[in-house]
Amino acid sequence: MTDASGKEIQAKQKTEVGTPAEQTSPGAVFVPAVDIFESEKEITLLADLPGVKSKDLKIDLRDDVLTISGDITPLEGADEKDIIIEYEIGKYFRQFTLSEVINQNKIDARLEDGVLRLVLPKSDKAVPKKITVKAA
Amino acid sequence: MFIQRPFYFPEMTLRGAFTELDRMRQGLDRFMDGYGGRNFRLPTAGVFPLINLTDDKDGYFIRAELPGIKADELNISATGKTLSISGERKIPSEGKDVRYHRREREAGSFSRIISLPGDVNSDKVEANLKNGILTVRIPKAEKAKPKQITVK
Repeated sequence: MTDASGKEIQAKQKTEVGTPAEQTSPGAVFVPAVDIFESEKEITLLADLPGVKSKDLKIDLRDDVLTISGDITPLEGADEKDIIIEYEIGKYFRQFTLSEVINQNKIDARLEDGVLRLVLPKSDKAVPKKITVKAA
Repeated sequence: MFIQRPFYFPEMTLRGAFTELDRMRQGLDRFMDGYGGRNFRLPTAGVFPLINLTDDKDGYFIRAELPGIKADELNISATGKTLSISGERKIPSEGKDVRYHRREREAGSFSRIISLPGDVNSDKVEANLKNGILTVRIPKAEKAKPKQITVK
C-alpha cells in the first residue's frame, strides 16, 4: 500500500487519443492510465486496461517505440437499453519511446484483472552501432 | 421628454448574454453528438466508480470499470431500490529502489450508491468481476416487468 490510505479515488473521464486520423476502424480510442518505474535491471509498466482480454492485447516493441493496443468486446447484450451512461467503451492505445536498450527476448507481460504488467529487462550490454565515415 | 439611452442594447443584458452562451453550448453539444455516436460529454455523478446502467425486459445491469480490484475487496449490497458499491483499490509498493517515470494510476477507497428507476427483486442480485469490469445484474420485480397485451 502506498501513501494513499484513506484517500478517496476521484471519478475521471477517460482521455481520448489525440490523433483520431491514425485509426482506421471506427469507435472511440482511449489512453490508458499507466505507472512506469525503473530499477537497475528493468523497466516495469503497469497499465489499466479494463475489459481487455489477453488475446485482444497487442504489445509491440520496434525501434525503441513501445506500442500497447487493446481491443475490447462490449459486454452489453443486444436487447439492452441505455439508462445512464457515464463512461464510454472503446479501444486502448498508447505509445512510448524507450531511451534504454531492452533485451527483447526476456520481455514479460501479464494481464490480470484488467491490469497489464509489462517487465522490460534492460540489455546487459548495449551493442554499439558501428558508423563508418567514408572519405570523399 | 424623450430620454435617450445610448448604451441600451437588448442583446447585451446579463440574461441575454447567458441565453446566447447557452445557444452556443447547445450548438457545440450537437456538433459533438455527431462525433462519436454516443453523447460526447456524458453526465456523471462525479463519484468513483463511473457506472453504466442498462436494462432489458427482465432486469437491470450496472457495469463499472474497476481494474486491479479483486472480488474480495469489493462490497456490494442491495436494499430495496438502491445498490451500494464500496471498496478500496490498493496499489502495492514496488520497493524502495525503484524510480518512477509516471504515476497515473490512483489508489484509494470508494463508495457509491445507485438508485434504480424501477422496482427490483433485491434477493436475486448477481455480481461478476471479470477482466477488471464489474457487472451487477438486478432482476426486475414481477410487477415492474412489461406485460404483453394482445389486441383482440
